[in-house]
Amino acid sequence: MEYFVIIIGSIFVSNIVLAQFLGICPFVGVSGKLSTSVGMGGAVLFVLTLATLVTWIIQYYVLNPFGLAFMQTIVFILVIASLVQMVEIILKKVSPSLYSALGVFLPLITTNCAVLGVAILTIQKDFNLLEGVVFAIANAIGFTLAIVLFAGIREHLDLMEVPKGMRGVPIALVVAGILALAFMGFTGLV
Amino acid sequence: MSQIKNFTKGLIKENPVFVLLLGLCPTLGVTTSAINGLGMGLATTFVLVMSNLVVSLVRDFIPDKVRIPSFIVIIASFVTIVELVMQAYLPALFDSLGLFIPLIVVNCIVLGRAEAFASKNNPLSSIIDGLGMGFGFAFALTLLGGVRELLGSGAIFGLKLMQGDLMLVFILAPGAFIVLGYLIALINKLNKAS
Repeated sequence: MEYFVIIIGSIFVSNIVLAQFLGICPFVGVSGKLSTSVGMGGAVLFVLTLATLVTWIIQYYVLNPFGLAFMQTIVFILVIASLVQMVEIILKKVSPSLYSALGVFLPLITTNCAVLGVAILTIQKDFNLLEGVVFAIANAIGFTLAIVLFAGIREHLDLMEVPKGMRGVPIALVVAGILALAFMGFTGLV
Repeated sequence: MSQIKNFTKGLIKENPVFVLLLGLCPTLGVTTSAINGLGMGLATTFVLVMSNLVVSLVRDFIPDKVRIPSFIVIIASFVTIVELVMQAYLPALFDSLGLFIPLIVVNCIVLGRAEAFASKNNPLSSIIDGLGMGFGFAFALTLLGGVRELLGSGAIFGLKLMQGDLMLVFILAPGAFIVLGYLIALINKLNKAS
């Protein structure tokens, strides 16, 4: 039941992109095409889960016992950056097909604040390891849902007659606002 | 002359938020009021100026291959300083900015300026570039926060200007996207006109 609340809560009620404003850069940047947005979602799912797992272990087995909690920001960002690099190298060797699908998105993920944000949130919310991983996966699914929906809308938007000044990013942001409005309908669900 | 240009380019012409579309997460996340926007803007300015200065000072000693990780460590150190100082002296602001303070680390503006400007220029130009970009960012956040606060709660900087039924949606998540969309359209128009 508890896990169910975490999953529904992070995918719909407080969606990471549309309610918490994390990962806006890829949300706006790589949502031009449906296929690339699915790829980005997959890459985020992979890295976010792994990063949350590793940072949780570091927080509770290294930082806390040695009284280094104030180093959290520095340590987490370094862990995430090296993790992304490592995933890239391993994927290239082990699964070239997966690498060619996710490869271009991986370097972008280091500066995706969703990854660092979820890692810190997991610590702030006092989740245990399993809850943290479920939280990470649910947030990644929420991210994918938002970006895929948004890409689908933007593909149609290209065919519409938009006033000259609003073309491109401005109209996309207004559409994102309406999408966020729709997601507000889930408020109070859990 | 060129120093003045370094400073002013960040304000409107190359405004990090409205024109370059960098650092959108804190831009949308914290601007529920003008004062939050200003606080976030100034915190980012501090990190930007200090990291630009340090990156510029050590630019000749860092091997090219490890420069990005080194920049990240430098930036993360200053973010930690801001985090601790703000927690000690401005606890109310710290609470309302919340998660977005540690997230200054992954703000693309900071790393972007370190890589694109400070690693190639002398310390003085780098400080001025950081100040210009930082003020441009703070200006954008304050403007966005001000508009949202005025429409959503009828106040600016906490000063009540309007009474009655207000559009609460502008304080909530959807309002952030919509107001930013229209502001970008407006700035595009202004930049084209000039």
